[in-house]
Amino acid sequence: MHIMEGYLPPLHAAAWMVAAAPFVVAGVRRIRRVVDDHPETKLLLATSGAFAFVLSALKIPSVTGSCSHPTGVGLGAVLFGPNAMAVLGTIVLLFQALLLAHGGLTTLGANVFSMAIVGPWVAYGVWRLAAGLGRSFAVFLAAALGNLATYCTTSVQLALAFPDPVTGFGGALVKFLSIFAITQVPLAVVEGILTVVVVNLLVQYSRDELSALAFGTKAMGAK
Amino acid sequence: MRGRNAILLLAAAAIVVLPLLVVGNAEFSGSDGQAQDLIDRAGYQPWFEPLWEPPSGEIESLLFSLQAALGAGLLGYYIGLRRGRREGRPEDRRTELHAGD
Repeated sequence: MHIMEGYLPPLHAAAWMVAAAPFVVAGVRRIRRVVDDHPETKLLLATSGAFAFVLSALKIPSVTGSCSHPTGVGLGAVLFGPNAMAVLGTIVLLFQALLLAHGGLTTLGANVFSMAIVGPWVAYGVWRLAAGLGRSFAVFLAAALGNLATYCTTSVQLALAFPDPVTGFGGALVKFLSIFAITQVPLAVVEGILTVVVVNLLVQYSRDELSALAFGTKAMGAK
Repeated sequence: MRGRNAILLLAAAAIVVLPLLVVGNAEFSGSDGQAQDLIDRAGYQPWFEPLWEPPSGEIESLLFSLQAALGAGLLGYYIGLRRGRREGRPEDRRTELHAGD
């Protein structure tokens, strides 16, 4: 989902920066409040960032014969709410843009929007909607669909910037989705599974911290 | 719980390995690069270059491994710390001792 440096026309790049900025600001506020109210969850917050850090470094083969990577933002979105992940996801994307030439500074706004905003918000929304279906299944769906949503957003961003000369936005969207979305399906499943494993470990060993968070009492009881 | 996690991890591993077995002769290039190629073919010229690029594939994989290692290290540290704390609680130890009687 990384749009490479310079690969969005300046106007698009600027528009996505403007769109992403308020979420990142809200995320800084959210993190400050969580750390003030529940200082004991600071290390768990860092761990949620670490999960995104590992997962976005793993390039995984897919049945389409190409490779892509998970995002790892679903875990933090479910635990700390979507805004916190806007900040942690931005840090991950900055690391990759500056040290790996993966993504870029001009495309940072667009990449933050897809991976650190849309992904976490979809994960969080799915988690809230599916919470009644049992903890593990809801976490799985949240992480997997958040991952897919990120890649669909990237496809939309590229289709807006590079509409097909004949078929326009729709045709370009189909082309970009066929590169990103299908490849991503098995990876989304992998991310869903890994997120469930980590949540299982947290429920086992970090009950106190989880109950201090929005993850909350509702999910703790559900099996 | 531990058994269930082991099964989940095996399932994840199977999903990763399966493509290598099924479409083993594929190129497995990155989807980010494929999208880039598609844009290149339309004649687009990127207007900004990365400030710094890893000088070789080796250095790039070094930095990617570093990213994964840092993340996995913190994740493992956290789970280990909490697990040790939980299993080291005096009331838990008492029940364990009692069970051993």
